[in-house]
Amino acid sequence: MELVREFRDSSRVNILKEKLEGFAFKNEVKIMEVCGTHTMQIHRFGIHQMLPENVKLISGPGCPVCVTENSYIDHAIELARAGFTITTFGDMIRVPGSYSSLEKVRAEGGDVHVVYSPMDSLELAQRSGKEVIFLAIGFETTAPTIGATVKKAKELELENFSILAGNKLVPPALKVLVEDRNLGVNGFLLPGHVSVIIGMRPYEFITEYGVPGVISGFEPVDIISSIVLLLEMIEKGEARIINNYKRAVRDGGNPTAQRIIQEVFEPVDSEWRGLGWMEGSGLGLREEYSEFDAEKRFQVDVPPPREHPGCRCGDVLKGIINPPECPLFGKVCTPENPVGPCMVSSEGSCSAWYKYG
Amino acid sequence: MCLAVPMKLIKKEGDKGIVLSMGVEREVSLALLPEAEIGDWVIVHAGFAIERMDEEEARESLKLLEEMWSS
Ligand code: SF4
Repeated sequence: MELVREFRDSSRVNILKEKLEGFAFKNEVKIMEVCGTHTMQIHRFGIHQMLPENVKLISGPGCPVCVTENSYIDHAIELARAGFTITTFGDMIRVPGSYSSLEKVRAEGGDVHVVYSPMDSLELAQRSGKEVIFLAIGFETTAPTIGATVKKAKELELENFSILAGNKLVPPALKVLVEDRNLGVNGFLLPGHVSVIIGMRPYEFITEYGVPGVISGFEPVDIISSIVLLLEMIEKGEARIINNYKRAVRDGGNPTAQRIIQEVFEPVDSEWRGLGWMEGSGLGLREEYSEFDAEKRFQVDVPPPREHPGCRCGDVLKGIINPPECPLFGKVCTPENPVGPCMVSSEGSCSAWYKYG
Repeated sequence: MCLAVPMKLIKKEGDKGIVLSMGVEREVSLALLPEAEIGDWVIVHAGFAIERMDEEEARESLKLLEEMWSS
């Protein structure tokens, strides 16, 4: 689509840069991005260097692999060791759990497959006849794709397919972040493709805390203009949710996708790396779909989880520190030899800082 | 995960579609976007079309931006 190029156009970027330079704040202003792809793009396009004085961009828990807790990865590893076929998105495979990773288990003979779409797991289950378990992680963007896959499995009456439910929801995490006074976020850059699914309404509550939010796309013009919109509101003391990604996000989201999430899943309490347990922040399978719940169907012993010694990924995900403040960053921990998940995923903050500075 | 370029839907059969991505044909599921029509630009995530890219809105946003700069 030709038009998308216009959102990368350097003359537009330059004009927006000037607009940014025009802001002056006496006190520190913190803007948090809660999408791993935003984090990556912000570093790639050097947006940190364009910010006016006193304005700081901090990364939140926006990288799906990074927020996945060790106990989930450990569980997947034990399922693979027990002989089940595991299918997963590519990012997951290198993430270290408490004691090993799926990549290592595969090298030891485990049957672990990377898939592009959750649907590929169904084909594998039909073709191989083996017991296939898909690792269901990701936010609202991914949840309906998994929901649709589970529905399809039910339709096909597949008996050798299940998921390890671990999907997470963005708004409950935003609630915890906006209420955290120590963190003191002044505005949120809201995730574009999560919003494609859920629309604008689920974010409205943050304005009750006097904090604005802007839904943003992923091109440089999208991100910088969204920051300008946020700073304008912060300057005026306004708190609204603005949809600045109208070419993709309908105000009400995608109703078909919402319906599928509703039908297959229900909100459950969920543990996030760095943020801990948060009420209603995860998705579990509804009773009607419990035959696809790997956790209910298969019992394996999972050893008690432990954190990677020295890794501060949890603090990075909460925006408490920037990756270079971690003593292991770039020395012991690199994308080739990652210690924690924030360095593994291309959407992780540590990896973005390492690659682009 | 989200850096999806819009792809053009060139075939539709039930809840399956074929999109053109940099000259290569790829199958996508339309289960989340049954209203998609041939010729639409769609955003694809994990093998599913999740929304249509609206050209008119794109133009409108660019116009709004221009107004923002001139103020
Ligand atoms: S640099 Fe590595 S060890 Fe440090 S917080 Fe990031 S992932 Fe963890």
